Amino acid sequence: MLEAYPQNRLARIVLWSFAALVMAFLMLPTLVVVPLSFSASNLLEFPPHAYSLRWYENFFGSATWMAALRTSLILGTLTALIAVPFALLACISMNRLGGKTAASIQGILLTPSVTPGILLAIGLFFVLAAQRLVGTLFGVLVGHVVLAVPVACIVLLPALARFDWNQVQAARSLGADWARAVGGIIVPQLQLSLLSATLMAFLTSLDESVISIFIASGRNSTMPKLMFLSLRDQIDPTIAAISTLWTAIVVVVVVIVALRQKA
Amino acid sequence: MKSLPITIDSVSKAYGSYVALDDVSLDIQAGEFLTLLGPSGSGKTTLLMALAGFVRPDSGKLLLGDRDITRLAPNKRDIGIVFQNYALFPHMNVLANVAYPLALRKTPRAEARQRALATLARVKLDGLAERNVAALSGGQRQRVALARAIVFEPRVMLMDEPLSALDKNLRETMQYEIRRLHDDLGITTIYVTHDQREALIMSDRIAVMNSGRIQQIDTPQRIYDRPSTRFVAEFMGEANIVAPGSVRRIDGAEASGETLMIRAESFHLDAKLVGSDAVALEGILRAKAFRGENWLLTLALDGGQEVLVCIPAALAGGCAELAAGQRMTAYAPAAKVHAIPGAMA
Repeated sequence: MLEAYPQNRLARIVLWSFAALVMAFLMLPTLVVVPLSFSASNLLEFPPHAYSLRWYENFFGSATWMAALRTSLILGTLTALIAVPFALLACISMNRLGGKTAASIQGILLTPSVTPGILLAIGLFFVLAAQRLVGTLFGVLVGHVVLAVPVACIVLLPALARFDWNQVQAARSLGADWARAVGGIIVPQLQLSLLSATLMAFLTSLDESVISIFIASGRNSTMPKLMFLSLRDQIDPTIAAISTLWTAIVVVVVVIVALRQKA
Repeated sequence: MKSLPITIDSVSKAYGSYVALDDVSLDIQAGEFLTLLGPSGSGKTTLLMALAGFVRPDSGKLLLGDRDITRLAPNKRDIGIVFQNYALFPHMNVLANVAYPLALRKTPRAEARQRALATLARVKLDGLAERNVAALSGGQRQRVALARAIVFEPRVMLMDEPLSALDKNLRETMQYEIRRLHDDLGITTIYVTHDQREALIMSDRIAVMNSGRIQQIDTPQRIYDRPSTRFVAEFMGEANIVAPGSVRRIDGAEASGETLMIRAESFHLDAKLVGSDAVALEGILRAKAFRGENWLLTLALDGGQEVLVCIPAALAGGCAELAAGQRMTAYAPAAKVHAIPGAMA
């Protein structure tokens, strides 16, 4: 990979050191939490004086945290299941329409990803309040789908732009209706992009806190919401244990997807 | 397999101010091989896509047999289409590609397999059934596309420049094979191309299109020898369009009063090879080029117009000695001098 660079020893050392620094800068904030989570102390301290697994036990033993974990996983799954098909159909129609119409639709569709989250949450709160949906799981789901659709579109649009649409016409001429052409010809060939889009949508929901803080309540609290609240009320290393688990889950999922894409 | 006639009745299609099809009417007989020939933008592909169901005409009607298919969904038309880029499904192997239309029709698995294999044998692809599409050559992909388009026994076949991606030799082989396949199946075929030689070789009839209109529809020979417009004359080959004033008849009789078309290869340099009613063109030799099977001479008439004269190498004994600037006469037999109706454009 670095063959193109000068063979000079010094230059290579500088280059590798710089790359290592960038990596460290990117990863340290995430990794610093890991030792914290194994601390035996009641406080968040670095480096820890003694080690234990008590904060992991605390997390798995807490009904509140378990409920939030369940809510987050359900929300993430539902968000991906709703947002990805929606985004796929939207991207197909944008691709087929072309021109200014498609560009305007794309602009509108991508707005949620560029609007400040807090504004989106406030707006959503009023819309959902009018429908008496504030505090329901469904309300939060709506918010997460709104956020996940642009994310899925960003993954799917370029994949569809490379797609050979004559194949769809061929399938149609051979007797396939629209649904069968999409299901039998487009979807199998976009497998990897759809997988990426699903993962991104799932992670978008899993990671989302602002909408959850505004809309979710009580039993429907999500993990990120509960994490914020617990940081505010009682700072103990449970939060570090959760962060470590969270990071591990995300890394595992991303690595699995990345390996599948390579295969 | 019963093939059906096609009727295209006053079909028009515009995209904004651009008129792609301008009141096109055409009757294609059952079992006929008809070629739509024209330059790009002439409307030939739009017409084909209207028949396929991917373009909805603004007005006019399309009939398949007695059935009006103008607004019928593409998947209900039972028309086999071969696309320019083949449009094979890369996520299926050869057999699955060919069996796809049968699977859609709920043909039992064993029967579908057997029919797909038989069709593959028909297009000389035996033994490649399990091959990945990506591992095929251009010519093999072409054959898979053909097999896939005929395996479900459609009543009409449409082909959109199917050979344009192949190299010259393969293209010529495929021209004969597609025509032979058509003759075996007796299926009504509409073939789109911009290659006039391909159209001449393959077709029962040719419809020459330009700017959204059909200029002329006729047998290959009549299209070539008796073009009805200047556009057709020039599109089909090296044509010289000359005013009657520029030619004289050998026997001194008055030349006809219309614009004349003489193909470059109709000329002789030896007056003895043509009849007494032949016409003669006199001028100065501007340029000569040896093209292997023939010589191409450029002759400047006295009025200044340039005329192309093509002499077969076998009859061109003296051509090598001709020098630019020398005065000479080219003769064309009367049968090869065609009067084009309409003015000198």
